[in-house]
Amino acid sequence: MATTDQPVFEVADDAAVKAAREALDAHTVEMMAWHFHPSTGCPFWLEYAQSLPFDPITEVQCYDDLKKFPPFEDEWLRGGPVRRWAPKGLEGQPLFVFETGGTTGIPKSRVNSRDFRTDYEMFSETLPEEYFPKGANWLMLGPSGPRRLRLAIEHLAQYRGGICFCVDLDPRWVVKLIKKGWMEHLEAYKQHCIDQAITVLEAGHDIRCMFTTPKLLESLALGLEKKGTTIHKAGITGIFSGGTEFTPQWTRFATEELLDGAYMTPTYGNTLMGLAASRPVTPADGYTIAYYAPQPRAVIELVEFEDTNSIVPYGGTGRVKLTTLTKETFVPGFLERDEGEREKPYAKYPWDGVSGVRPFHELASATTVGVY
Amino acid sequence: MHLQGLRFGKPYESLERQTLVHFLTGETVAEVSQVGGAMVGRDLAKSAKAARAALMAMDPEDVVERLQTAGNLYALGTVEVGGVPQSPEDFVRHQSATTGLPENLCRANMKKNLFVLSNMDRMLDALSRGLSPEIFWKGYGREHRDVIVSYQAQSPVLGLVLPSNSPGVHTLWLPVIALGVGLMLKPGSQEPWTPYRMAAAMIEAGIPAEAIGLYPGPTDVGAAMLNGCGRSMIFGSAKTVAQYAGDPRVQVHGPGFSKIILGDDCVDDWEKYLDVMVESVAANSGRGCINTSAIYASRHTRDIAAAIAERIGPAEVKPPDDPEATLAAFTVPGVAKAVWGQIEAGLAAEGVTHATAGYGPRLEEGETCGWLRPTVVHCSSPDPEIAKAEYMFPYVNVVECPQEAMLERIGPTLVGSVMTDDVEFQQKLIDCTHIDRLNFGPIPTTKLDWLQPHEGNIIDFLYRSRALQVAAGAGEPGQAAHAHAATT
Repeated sequence: MATTDQPVFEVADDAAVKAAREALDAHTVEMMAWHFHPSTGCPFWLEYAQSLPFDPITEVQCYDDLKKFPPFEDEWLRGGPVRRWAPKGLEGQPLFVFETGGTTGIPKSRVNSRDFRTDYEMFSETLPEEYFPKGANWLMLGPSGPRRLRLAIEHLAQYRGGICFCVDLDPRWVVKLIKKGWMEHLEAYKQHCIDQAITVLEAGHDIRCMFTTPKLLESLALGLEKKGTTIHKAGITGIFSGGTEFTPQWTRFATEELLDGAYMTPTYGNTLMGLAASRPVTPADGYTIAYYAPQPRAVIELVEFEDTNSIVPYGGTGRVKLTTLTKETFVPGFLERDEGEREKPYAKYPWDGVSGVRPFHELASATTVGVY
Repeated sequence: MHLQGLRFGKPYESLERQTLVHFLTGETVAEVSQVGGAMVGRDLAKSAKAARAALMAMDPEDVVERLQTAGNLYALGTVEVGGVPQSPEDFVRHQSATTGLPENLCRANMKKNLFVLSNMDRMLDALSRGLSPEIFWKGYGREHRDVIVSYQAQSPVLGLVLPSNSPGVHTLWLPVIALGVGLMLKPGSQEPWTPYRMAAAMIEAGIPAEAIGLYPGPTDVGAAMLNGCGRSMIFGSAKTVAQYAGDPRVQVHGPGFSKIILGDDCVDDWEKYLDVMVESVAANSGRGCINTSAIYASRHTRDIAAAIAERIGPAEVKPPDDPEATLAAFTVPGVAKAVWGQIEAGLAAEGVTHATAGYGPRLEEGETCGWLRPTVVHCSSPDPEIAKAEYMFPYVNVVECPQEAMLERIGPTLVGSVMTDDVEFQQKLIDCTHIDRLNFGPIPTTKLDWLQPHEGNIIDFLYRSRALQVAAGAGEPGQAAHAHAATT
């Protein structure tokens, strides 16, 4: 559902795009100075720089110069010591470690100090007050455990003046159930999570906002419908939802039949990037879900499958390439396990976006998506 | 042509569509709306009871008559499918184009479906052992011995996750509406044609549209049906069968591993049974679970393999509209080659001989699809792995095995056709619990008697037979429960 011809959304003007690009170039140079200076960089990048045929501090003068780096390999994130990723410039700050994967073997981990808070504070500015009122309480119906999302949603709720209620949900167990083919247990576990959510919603906590995944949103809506109520009637006015399985059809179905008037904003994110907001999803736009990374802290590009330094034309299909540029984390040119279509800059986010996000076709058969 | 979803009477056009293309030309044949699992869950909660109620509001005999009319419309009439009129010949072309099945086999399958619908009254009488259809409507009644019997519906609708590869299986669900149970169908991705045409014919014949749902979509649609329906059927691989084994709500139809057994007393006359063996292996391009995948005998097995090979080995790939075409294509690129790779690996085992080797290469690859020509394999014992194989084309293992070991070695057998007059062996076969349908004498495994249950009696699956007592003078309970019962 790419929009190459006459977009129905407000496309950013050239001046805004140029200004955003200049800000990104300047931010890139600043980040090189931070990550590759012995007084501020982390052990991993300082050591890695020794093997590079160029000096990142002097020879990266703009964002495009980051192509000089070989692709980032996320396998580097497995195992310890995790402190090799902690920038010296942040010494003494409390550190979190967030994990991804981990169903079998050693999970990938990322250290965090304040990034998750910053990302979600920025995202908070994109939430419409009408549906996500300040001071409202939240329900986090998503993965718990060593996940960034769990703390990030709680911080988002607190940042907006609310309290966050949570459920227990172990996505690693869910993946194991799927791999074992224990579908009855999978269903029972999902029901267990939904029961927790419904219990909290019915307990008089005045919860009005929620994070959840598309699959759990479906189950929650059906669970509430069985009890003769709806998501909206249960008090929810705004839902922030994440997961790659958003499709225009799913979003339309949710809007027309599950939400009962509650507002939902899809997002795309992960532990490495943070959170990409979507431009408003409208029937006129064919329910296209287009995400925009939180530039300049993170950049999404759609690159050719065979030449990952070449960006596809607008509307073209490519693999998602992610660059993270914060003081806590530098990830140059990481090839995500997703693909999608390149979207034109949006007025509110004057840089490239991505729509139609789905598992990268060459890896799709080995990927377990939509597990919780 | 656009095949929309049908939500128990309400058409639904999805933003997501699957494009069905002709297996040879790549030309677009139709687009199919793709719905999601949540829609299934929601519609089950909202519409399933209404689906059964819509049937209950009719006279059960009227339902049967309308199904007979639907059979005629399906096989002989022009009905609207995907927004355009579809004649029987259009249907045959569409089905052949997306499944790779030769057109003459598509026509043969239509005849099977017509036969079942035309004889619905006799089938129901046989399957219910003569019970009045009113008993299924009211939930109880008096049978001919003047004893109260009660049959309780276990689900207002039956969920069906249908396959793409064998249009013959649709006969299994045709009696469901006549038993007062609605249908929630997930059509096979390559073969939406039979469910769509059948639904259109039924509705045109006066079966309430509220009783039928069509939910084309990805695998989560099937998962939602199996999870949400009180009763459902799925057609799949041995892995699917294992996954749902022991779940009383799900009836799984997997590989049939159907067999012909030649008893020691008949095997010397094996040539008399050659026609039966050939038909059992090759009918309907060998795609059905009722096609013979192994022939067991204690002697003459090499000669039997050679004789079958001589009959079916020369069969050649022909265009789908050729009246002589017998072989269906594997329409998913690479599948024919992968299957042949498996067979070649199996042929390398000790005691295994390829009896059709002398009739030219078996694998034929086209630009967009592939074919496998009929293959006969001789196994000098049941030990080689390939002796247990079943494939979706005319493929058979002729296995040498002493008669006394046969029942232990044949494994699960959907249809067993046995040539023997040995009374003792016959009794062992009757008692053998891993043979489902049992034929004595030269009956092809592909020839079904529709008046007998297939893979379990569907009434036993949809209904629970239980006790219901009414005290003397208490009147007739439940009369107001259903509109039809209340008006008769």
